[in-house]
Amino acid sequence: MTAGVFDALTERLAAEGRQPRLSHGILVVDVPREALLATVATLKSDFQFDMFLDVTAVDWPDREPRFDVVYHFYSTQHFARVRVKTQVGVTDPAVDSLTGLFGAARFMERECHEMYGIAFRGNDDLRPILLYEGFEGHPLRKDYPKTREQPLVPYRK
Amino acid sequence: MDAALPNPIRPAFATSERGMIVNIGPSHPATHGTIQIVTELEGERVVRADVHCGYLHRGFEKECESHTWHNLIPYVDRLNYCSGLSNNFAYCEAVETLMGIEITPRCRYLRTLLLEYSRIADHLTSVGAAFMELGAMTAFLYMMTLRDYIYEHLANLTGARLTYSYGRIGGLAKDLPDGWLERLDEILVQYDDFVGRCHKLMDRNRIFIDRMRDVGTITAEQAVNWGFTGPILRSTGVPRDLRRDTPYLAYPELDFDIPVGIKGDNYDRYFVRMREMDESVHMIRQLMDRLPPGPVTVDDRRCVLPDKQLVYSEIESLINHFKLIIDGPQVPAGEVYTAQESPNGELGFYLVSSGAGVPWKVHVRAPSFVHMGGMHLMLEGNQLADIIPSFGSVNMVGGECDR
Repeated sequence: MTAGVFDALTERLAAEGRQPRLSHGILVVDVPREALLATVATLKSDFQFDMFLDVTAVDWPDREPRFDVVYHFYSTQHFARVRVKTQVGVTDPAVDSLTGLFGAARFMERECHEMYGIAFRGNDDLRPILLYEGFEGHPLRKDYPKTREQPLVPYRK
Repeated sequence: MDAALPNPIRPAFATSERGMIVNIGPSHPATHGTIQIVTELEGERVVRADVHCGYLHRGFEKECESHTWHNLIPYVDRLNYCSGLSNNFAYCEAVETLMGIEITPRCRYLRTLLLEYSRIADHLTSVGAAFMELGAMTAFLYMMTLRDYIYEHLANLTGARLTYSYGRIGGLAKDLPDGWLERLDEILVQYDDFVGRCHKLMDRNRIFIDRMRDVGTITAEQAVNWGFTGPILRSTGVPRDLRRDTPYLAYPELDFDIPVGIKGDNYDRYFVRMREMDESVHMIRQLMDRLPPGPVTVDDRRCVLPDKQLVYSEIESLINHFKLIIDGPQVPAGEVYTAQESPNGELGFYLVSSGAGVPWKVHVRAPSFVHMGGMHLMLEGNQLADIIPSFGSVNMVGGECDR
């Protein structure tokens, strides 16, 4: 069942100039960030990838562009997963928000935003979710020191 | 509130034209779990709800990046602390996939058995707590009694009641102790007794039905769109279960049903969980009968510690042991996402390795966190008092949600 949808999807994506590959049972596709929204919309409408599983980023400090933004989608009909990756640089770490397609993107983009500083254009609610208002920096970036403390309420002497 | 203390959150709305703003939590006696819900009320009806989590955030993913692959096992225990083993095995499976390890048949069966056993413990907690919050103290205590039998029994196996650290990359910490399966058999008999009493107390209880039926309803489309998985998604009638859809461990060899609800309200979520526990018992009985003999860990020197006797007697094993402890298992560079059907839903681990003994990145796709993103759908339009049963039926676990 999985193989059928992966073949069809590979063909379609190859026609758009992508090079999808299979990795541990998941179809992985790299897209430029301009094409992200269109690719995901195709996944959802034409290939029934109807569940937004996850978004996160990976920080490669020595690489340019520095961040991978990694999405996972699942199809409740084909029981298959697709990983969509796009790269953004540190000077303009912005991608299009997927909140128009999936409600679940709202919360998870908020988390990715505060942890990595990725801006999701079109998500109007990027308030901190796991951290608090006024937290400085993005803790999951590799240049954020693990031992740095910034308590909201000062420690008792 | 002390004016000098800054507010940790910025509510999505601070004023109301029609009604009033009421803040619930983060530490409220009627909710379990540290969560803050800012609500706009019109009379007693919730018009808008703004859910905030993060009060239990402890930098799990950041901390993971400075420990070896093996040292993370005690950390992942503390994600969903109602069923630590499900996190253990989900994490181990992700690392094993990345290393290309195939676990032994006995380990496969034991992991499946323990996952189902944890599922029972987790559902007992979640359903029991929901009972208690509605005032059904007797049913709660029946559930907790049974859960305590399970915890004590797991403590006999792993040495801990909650944070087991029992999984290992490539297998398990040790095999079953003598008499463990006999005790398991006794507990499964007790299960029928205790859960049967709860069914009698609650199923047709007028108060319970009034609080649960048609409260906190979500549709199947909403549930899929907002990423709901596990019992919540199944309560809407979608038979999505990773144990059946993307088979792993010993599930393809087992006979089990996937209970689904009818309309996705609190009562359906209660009943789906109760029925799932029955299915788990059914699976455990099959697994006990078919448990294959053999080792529980693979013989792979990249990740499994050598036998202690060899460490003391030959230099290669001594060096092997030393390298595994100090440098950690050398996981090939690459990335992997694997997911298992945890008691709460899809628990996914996204791991990135740079080829070292320490992960480059560990990301957890925690079902509770995703569920909190769509929680407002279950609250809006209902009464203020309905927040308690609706929130209880979601089974949000702070450790997993906030990481």
